[in-house]
Amino acid sequence: MDAPATPTAQQAATPMSERIRDLTVRYGVIAITIFLLVFFLASEDTFRRSTTLLSVLKYASVTAIGGLGVTTAMVVGGIDLSIGGTAGMAVTISAMTMVIYDQVGWVAIGAVLVSGALVGLLNAFLIVKLRIPDMLATLSMMFVVQGLKLVFVDGQSVSSGMPLPDGSFAVGRFTPDFLAIDNGFVGPLPVPVLILILVTLAAWIFLTRTRWGRVMYAIGANPEATRLAGVSVSRYRALAYVISGLLASVAGLILSSRIGQGDISAGNSLLLDSVAVALVGMSVMGLNLPNAWGTSLGAVMLGILITGLTIAGVPYYAQDVVKGSVLVVALVFSFTLSRKKARYVSAV
Amino acid sequence: MDGPATQAVVSLADVSMAFGSNRVLSGVSMEVRPGTVQALIGANGAGKSTLIKILSGVYPEHGGTITMDGRPVRLDSPATARLLGIHTVHQKIADGVIPGLTVAENLVFDSLTQPSFGVRFSLKGILPRAREVASSLDLNWTDAVLRKDVFELGIADQQMLLLARALHQKPHTLILDEPTSALSMAEVERLFEVIRGLKAQGVAILYVSHHLSEIDTLADSLVVLRDGKIRLGQERPFSWNEVVRAMLGDQVLDEENAIVERRGTEVRLALRGVPLRPDRPPQDLDLRAGEVTGLIGLLGAGKSEFARGVFGATPFTQGSMLLDGAQYAPRSPGDAVKRGVYLVPEDRAAEALLPGWDIARTSSLPFLSSLAPRGLVPRGAESRRGRWVIGELDVVATGVTHNVDELSGGNQQRVVVGRWMAGKPRVFVLDEPFRGVDIGARAGISRKLRALAAEGAAVVITSADVDEILQSCDRILVLGDGVIRSDTYIRETTRDLIIERMSEIA
Repeated sequence: MDAPATPTAQQAATPMSERIRDLTVRYGVIAITIFLLVFFLASEDTFRRSTTLLSVLKYASVTAIGGLGVTTAMVVGGIDLSIGGTAGMAVTISAMTMVIYDQVGWVAIGAVLVSGALVGLLNAFLIVKLRIPDMLATLSMMFVVQGLKLVFVDGQSVSSGMPLPDGSFAVGRFTPDFLAIDNGFVGPLPVPVLILILVTLAAWIFLTRTRWGRVMYAIGANPEATRLAGVSVSRYRALAYVISGLLASVAGLILSSRIGQGDISAGNSLLLDSVAVALVGMSVMGLNLPNAWGTSLGAVMLGILITGLTIAGVPYYAQDVVKGSVLVVALVFSFTLSRKKARYVSAV
Repeated sequence: MDGPATQAVVSLADVSMAFGSNRVLSGVSMEVRPGTVQALIGANGAGKSTLIKILSGVYPEHGGTITMDGRPVRLDSPATARLLGIHTVHQKIADGVIPGLTVAENLVFDSLTQPSFGVRFSLKGILPRAREVASSLDLNWTDAVLRKDVFELGIADQQMLLLARALHQKPHTLILDEPTSALSMAEVERLFEVIRGLKAQGVAILYVSHHLSEIDTLADSLVVLRDGKIRLGQERPFSWNEVVRAMLGDQVLDEENAIVERRGTEVRLALRGVPLRPDRPPQDLDLRAGEVTGLIGLLGAGKSEFARGVFGATPFTQGSMLLDGAQYAPRSPGDAVKRGVYLVPEDRAAEALLPGWDIARTSSLPFLSSLAPRGLVPRGAESRRGRWVIGELDVVATGVTHNVDELSGGNQQRVVVGRWMAGKPRVFVLDEPFRGVDIGARAGISRKLRALAAEGAAVVITSADVDEILQSCDRILVLGDGVIRSDTYIRETTRDLIIERMSEIA
């Protein structure tokens, strides 16, 4: 039997190149984020304004919360591709509730959260009961949700005063309390930034400190071993997708409040950004596991990058090239440089 | 069968290997000569697998030199090793066969990637070639078998397939890593015939095994590896006492001492009318608290079906069970765990371990709801649980945060057994718990299981190895083709009697 080496002996014997590699894997994403921040602060005057910095975080809040949904699904070894669709549907549902049915903001919030949980339940049904692979089930659900959203409103964006099929006009409007989800402040903090911090904290505690989160990571690591430890794997996988759907609808709420109308194209780009930040997040601190802080940091990094590039006048299509390249670098940290084996969606 | 293309002496001089600061091999010098079977013995974690991987070209960065017929060679990839005539049949069958392909495709896989194969591919077209490959091991598989998906073959036939594939390449050196671990007795006999044939043709064979009896039957010489160094080299006739001593170091072999038989009185778990294999007669069985019951049988006898059924992992479809007199019908492992019925599954890596998890988390996983009733996992209680497992089972580890992946097979098994023992089992089933576990760990685990039974648990160990059962159980059930063939206490039976029962044809 081999006696395990003491940690100190191990460190002393690790060659320089490997230590640099380990440091890169651990702190790579954090270093890139700081570098981008310093770079834009130094080069762009407008970037130095506090409103810009807060808008970076506001931008990041939607992506981060969507990303946390994807993260939850990734923790159980799956993925949720219906995130963007669910958030988009949330925009339309909140607009319908307030504008067409003339309800108050709280009702809209309730309707949106219920819709998100329902999408999550449907995903769970497809994946757990019908045994469709995660990626395919949520991809199908993405189409269903995107289409359903258009069916609700006959393919039209919802805004106050729009004509309704019965000849009357929509009398309702986005209520001030609902609009405050995006433009309100609590002390110096914009509400979406506060939501971002609270949701990240809650997700982190849930995933790493509670037994439910622990079991979810176990399922991601080895579902059969988890089942044979006496765990009802199906129930926890279902829970993960319900949480993912709920988080997507929270992201949709912020988005809806920001746009202030039922824009039917809202949420279209959210899916790819959410998946990207969840993947970037995996490499933070060299964990090589989907994790809450990493995902939110990834979203902030993406926010700095996009805001900085926009201020610098880089056209949006070129921004995608940069975004993609940053993702590749983060994936190199996780999959190429790290000595821990990175886990990703089991198989399709 | 034709002989090998060439013959060569493969020798290793001062071969070493380290992962970071962890030296797993140092100063290994040995030879594998044509026409001989060289056995390699060592406990888990001794460095056997590393040595095999070096010879099959997986670790080109090793130290020391490897020569073939005196010329130094560099085994820088598995392809190079094969090109030089060194072929390896690895222990893990799943690493060799390709699921989703047919048996025929798996047989001819080596030539599929060669330019000489041509462009056109049809299953029918490769059948003759597949038959030819199969014939290198005298496997008379029909076309119907060749057209099957390889996973429809039994594990033993998959093993034979891999061996045939290696033999078809006419290796001059063949490395067999634990080749019998999945085979039944008849199949082992068949494998031995093949090995003797190869030896007669001048193939050099490196035979790696835990089983001293196999080495006694086959090998011409042996080397013993412990902690990365060669501790002993012997030519026939072997002195087993010395060999075992070299394997274990200074550890005392207390399993030589016969166990003190204990009989339980109270029936803990009763099976009524449960067929252990489909289409086989239903069985009745009483498991008693206070004793260790050994369930012995060959591969496919129904041992795993029994274990998984009792645990609810694959629920029984017929019959009924009573646990302490109360109805017991687990539909899932969760149901069983709630009632204090636990299982250590057969395949440790696939069914018990979580990659990247440490000892504390691995230990707490089955009991999270009692450790963390309100949800938040208390770190202190979890570490205590981990420390208890380490202390109770004598796990060699740096602490509760030691990653289970980095433990030797024996220590991994200690953790897997220990975590269930922490939950006070009423019925504790262990399916082949000693497979891939060194003798030291086996004796340690077995002692703990006996102590557990003495405290009132019903313990069941399944195995295909008579000695494992004789050294740990009070009561021995021989299972054959889904039927209990004999039920005796250890004092009432002998090794020969058990083997006779096992080899009976139903």
